[in-house]
Amino acid sequence: MLTINGNSILDGIAIGTLRVVRQMQPSISNTPATDPEAELARFEQARLRAIDQQNTLYEEALLKAGAEIAAVFSIHALMLEDEEFMGSIRTMIRTEHSTAEYAVLVSGSRHAAVIAGLDDPYLAARSADIEDVTQSLLETLTGVLPAPLQFDQPFILVADDLAPSQTIRLDKKQLLGFVTRKGSAASHTAILARSMNIPALVQCQEVNDNWNGRQAILDGYSGTLYLDPTPQMVKTFSELRRKDEEHRALLTRLRGLPNQTKDGCTIEIEANIGGLEDLAQVEENDAAGVGLFRSEFLYLNSPAAPTEDEQFAVYKQVLKRLAPKRVVVRTCDLGADKMPDYMDFGEEINPALGLRGVRFCLTHPDFFKTQLRALLRAACYGNLAVMFPMLTRAEELEACKELLEICRAELQRQGIPTGPVQVGAMIETPAAVLNASEIAASCDFFSIGTNDLHQYLCAMDRQNQTLDSFSDPRHPALLRAVEWTVQAAHRHGIKAAICGELAADPTMTEWFLRIGVDALSVNPVSVLPLREQIREMDLMGVFAFMPPEVRFTK
Amino acid sequence: MKEIQYTITDLCGLHARPAGELVRLAQSHQSQVRMLRGERSCDVKSVLSLMGLGVRQGETVTVQTTGPDEAEAADAIQAFLSARV
Repeated sequence: MLTINGNSILDGIAIGTLRVVRQMQPSISNTPATDPEAELARFEQARLRAIDQQNTLYEEALLKAGAEIAAVFSIHALMLEDEEFMGSIRTMIRTEHSTAEYAVLVSGSRHAAVIAGLDDPYLAARSADIEDVTQSLLETLTGVLPAPLQFDQPFILVADDLAPSQTIRLDKKQLLGFVTRKGSAASHTAILARSMNIPALVQCQEVNDNWNGRQAILDGYSGTLYLDPTPQMVKTFSELRRKDEEHRALLTRLRGLPNQTKDGCTIEIEANIGGLEDLAQVEENDAAGVGLFRSEFLYLNSPAAPTEDEQFAVYKQVLKRLAPKRVVVRTCDLGADKMPDYMDFGEEINPALGLRGVRFCLTHPDFFKTQLRALLRAACYGNLAVMFPMLTRAEELEACKELLEICRAELQRQGIPTGPVQVGAMIETPAAVLNASEIAASCDFFSIGTNDLHQYLCAMDRQNQTLDSFSDPRHPALLRAVEWTVQAAHRHGIKAAICGELAADPTMTEWFLRIGVDALSVNPVSVLPLREQIREMDLMGVFAFMPPEVRFTK
Repeated sequence: MKEIQYTITDLCGLHARPAGELVRLAQSHQSQVRMLRGERSCDVKSVLSLMGLGVRQGETVTVQTTGPDEAEAADAIQAFLSARV
């Protein structure tokens, strides 16, 4: 067995026979044309035909992949109308007496090279689009058509590169995945393949044309191609692929349906995210919104504290993309186990009980205001809620809200627009549970962080593995605290969500529904399995108090 | 001549869909539309010229409109940029 690596564009698995396709390159020489006017006319005809083709591809992509992605082909059409690009081809034909195909080839390569030379990898990947339109002009001019990408048995396609126009036309009935020697994970080809759900590896430089007909496993999770895999590996990966397919089937079946029990009781299921890279998962798994955006990851994944503009850009993207769905941003929860190198928390004997969450933020107001200003500005672009971590009493929440209003007033004085923001409290300390009524009176919602609440209620360090025999994620004290908190929220007419790991525990779902929890915020992949479970339930209308210890004694 | 400044907040800079829409928006006006990034500039009516400018997230660009409908063109582009990129 041989293992080679590439850049994966999709978390998926393909198992099957490799089919190597070699692209035919027409030979185009620099022999001068005899009649420039005739060449110009040929070029014009090819250009109009290529525009037609791009418009047809646009329609096809609109159906297969949606408007955002189909836009690739309207950009291609714009390129074929581009005065500078097309003008340079006409000039070559007129002044250098080049043939139409030679002028297209030279000018197309030159324009592609300029874009490929840009510093930004995303923009540089757009050179493949210029090559694609160049190719469509050459096909008409030379009559050399691309090799067909179809076989009558299921196959994994191996090619030097694939153009966006070839990718959108791939027939998914037999195609399991593809591997290319060139290409980029930022290219439109990759974006198209992702939307069509085709596992693929690009930049797989070691792939060999002699492998035609051999068996392979394409593992999109790790970016690996296994050539001639052992039967054991085929078995392992078939199992993984089956799970993928099950999840996808769940997706198709449950997408758009409410999280509603048979007797009509509903609960919202939102997603927990750490950054922009998780958004696709939120959408794919049909989450109601984001119940917990762990904004501290912006600080942890950065060499210096992110500026207001950097944070604004990220929040704006998230809000715009998910609007009108709500996004709950937890303000930066640094300290304890999350300390970026560039920040100084001082020496602490007990960091889990130290300067963390809002305690750090409230003692470093300038640092905190940078984030609050970014959030207020981003609020113009969607449905934003902000919640504060590690609160113990209403006064701390009031201090946060006051700072938020100071930031808003400052922005307004500077003429910078701000949007409306809901304010929530994270309930994750025993003190906050006991003060839940007072806190509920001055905020719009609760979110219960069960991980920290468990560690603080039981005085058990969650990172100390020697405590495992004492640790119980469904500790009766934790469940009583959850119920107490939910009741306090409802007395004050606000909603209560659960955002810790307990939220995704399927053995807890029924109980959460019975005590009236309004929302669960979970890892995106847990959204649909929970929805499926809820839709099977019948609570028979029983919502009354049910002592947790009856059901969950260890 | 009318001039506007805008800081690109979209993470992908001026990427496929907004770039195409901006080019068509510029083309729908008679005025000349140029975008300036540092020392370099481009013709916003040409998609390749715009891509070649290589505008990235976080950068501030200047858009200049010159011609009979320069005020309308500047307003339309300002509105488009704040809504889309």
